Amino acid sequence: MAPAGAVTLEARERRRALWLVAPALVWTAVFFALPFLLMGLMSFWRRTDAGIERIFRPDNYAAIIERPAYLEAALNSLEITLTVTVLSVLLAYPLAWIIAEEVPKRYRRLALAMAVIPFWTSYVVRSYAWSLVLARQGVLNDWLTGIGLPALDLANSRAATVIGFTHFFTMLLTLTIYASLVQIAPNLRKAAADLGAGPLATFRFIVLPLTLPGIAVGAFLTFALCIGDYVTPQILGGGNDLALPQLIMLQIGRRADLPMAAALSIVLMIAVTIAYLLLARFMRVGAR
Amino acid sequence: MTRFAVCAGYMVLLYGFIFLPVAVLVLFSFQDGRFPIPPFRGFTLRWHAEILADDALVAALFNSLLVAVVSSAMALLLGFLAARAVASGRLPGAPAIRGMLTAPLSVSYLVIGLGLLASFNMAGLGLSLGTVAIGHIVINTPLCFAICLAALGEPQLSAERAARDLGAGEIGVMALVTAPMIMPALVAAFLLSVTFSWDEFIIAFLLSRFDVTLPVEIWSLLRSGLNPKTNAIGSLVFVLSAVAILAVELAVLRRK
Repeated sequence: MAPAGAVTLEARERRRALWLVAPALVWTAVFFALPFLLMGLMSFWRRTDAGIERIFRPDNYAAIIERPAYLEAALNSLEITLTVTVLSVLLAYPLAWIIAEEVPKRYRRLALAMAVIPFWTSYVVRSYAWSLVLARQGVLNDWLTGIGLPALDLANSRAATVIGFTHFFTMLLTLTIYASLVQIAPNLRKAAADLGAGPLATFRFIVLPLTLPGIAVGAFLTFALCIGDYVTPQILGGGNDLALPQLIMLQIGRRADLPMAAALSIVLMIAVTIAYLLLARFMRVGAR
Repeated sequence: MTRFAVCAGYMVLLYGFIFLPVAVLVLFSFQDGRFPIPPFRGFTLRWHAEILADDALVAALFNSLLVAVVSSAMALLLGFLAARAVASGRLPGAPAIRGMLTAPLSVSYLVIGLGLLASFNMAGLGLSLGTVAIGHIVINTPLCFAICLAALGEPQLSAERAARDLGAGEIGVMALVTAPMIMPALVAAFLLSVTFSWDEFIIAFLLSRFDVTLPVEIWSLLRSGLNPKTNAIGSLVFVLSAVAILAVELAVLRRK
C-alpha cells in the first residue's frame, strides 16, 4: 500500500479524466448500448396472442427469409438505396466540380451555401413539398402539360421516393465531394499537365482517385441514412411498395410485434455494416 | 465559351432541382384557395394566421424548442466534459472510449428509437417529452463530443495547466479558461444540436405520447392531405432552421 502522499500527479490526472468522461459514458451505456443489446436479444423472442414469449429462438429471422412480403421489402429498400446513391453521386459530382473549379473564388462560398440551403428544411416538410410538386395536378404536371407533354403519374410511386431521396443526398454529396476537391494541391495538376496528361487523363488518374474518399464517405452516409429512413417512402412512396423501415413501423403500429420489429432492425443494421465494410477502404477518414 | 455555357447550364438545372420543392412550398403557403397546387390564385396570409391560431401547433412548437434547448444543453455538457478527458491524453483506454461515445452516429435513428422504446416499455416508464429528450441527448452527445474534441489542442491544455498551477479549482479551470477559449466551437455544437433535435422526427414520434414535438404534429397534419396550412407551417420551420444555421455559420466563421 502506497501512502497517500505518493499518489503521483499522473495518477491524479488519470482519475480526473475518468471522472470527466464518466457522465457521457454512463449515458451512452444506459440509453444506447443497453437498448441496443436488448433489441438484439428481443429479436429472438416471439410475439404470441398471449403476449411476448421470452424464449430464445430464431423464429423471426426464419420468417423474414420465408415470407415473400418481408424479403421483398428488404429488396425494395436495397434497390431504392442503391439507385439513390448512384444517382446522387452522378448529379453531385459535376456540381461540386463546377463550384470548386469554375466559379470565381469569391463566389465559391455563396455557391456552396446556396447548394445546401434546402438541406435545412425539416425533413418531414421536405417530403411533403415533393409530394406537392409531383402530385397529379401538381407543379410538375402543370409545366409538362403546359409545354404540350403528357402528364406523369408519379404520386405514390417508387419514382417519387427516389426523387425525394436523390434531392436530399445530392446536396449532402455536393458537400463531401467539394471538400475533397478543394484539398487537391494545384501542383499535382500542373505536374500532370507538364508530364503530358490531357484534361481527361488528369481527371481520370489524379482528380478522381483523390476525391474517392469524399465520394465514399458521402456514398456511405447516403446508404446508411437512406435505407433507415421511414418518412420519405411513407410520404412519397405510398403504401404499396413497402420499404424496410415502413415494414418495421407496421410491426410496432398495427401488430404490436416488437420482437419482429427488432429482428428487421437487425437486418437493417447488417445491411449498413456490409455497406460500410465495402466502402471503408476508400474512405481514409482523417487522411489529408 | 461553350465550356462556360455547359457549366452555367448545369448549375441552373441543379439549383432548379434543389430549390424547386422549397419554392413550391413557400409560394403555395400564400395560396388564396383551398389547395396548394397550380394555378396560383393570388396572395393571402390567411394560412399563416391560421397556424398561429392553432393551439396544438403552437404548443408543439414550444415543446420542440424546449426539447431542443434542454437536450442540446445536456448533450453539450456531456460532450464537452468527455472531450476534455480524451484531449488530456491521460485517459486510460481512450481509443475504446472514443469509439463507444461516437458509436451512436453510425446507427440509424429508427433503430435507436426502437431500442429506447423497447427499454422504456420493459422498465414501465411512460412516454413523454422527457423520453424524447433522452433520445435526442443520445444522438447529439457524439456530435458535441466530436466538435469539442476537434477544438481542444495544446494551447488549451497548457492554459489549463497554468491555471491549475496558479491554484484554480477544476470547475474554475473549465468555466473560466477552457470554455471561453473554445467558445465558437461550443456555440456551433450547441446550435447544430438544436437544429438536429428541432428537426428530428422518428425518435420523437416513437418516444412521445400526448405532448408531441413540431415534426410529429406536422406529421399528423399530413393525414389531411395537401393543405396550404401545412405549407405555411413548413415555410415557418424552414425560416427558423435557416436562421439557426446562419448563426452556426457565423459562430464558425468568427473563429477564423
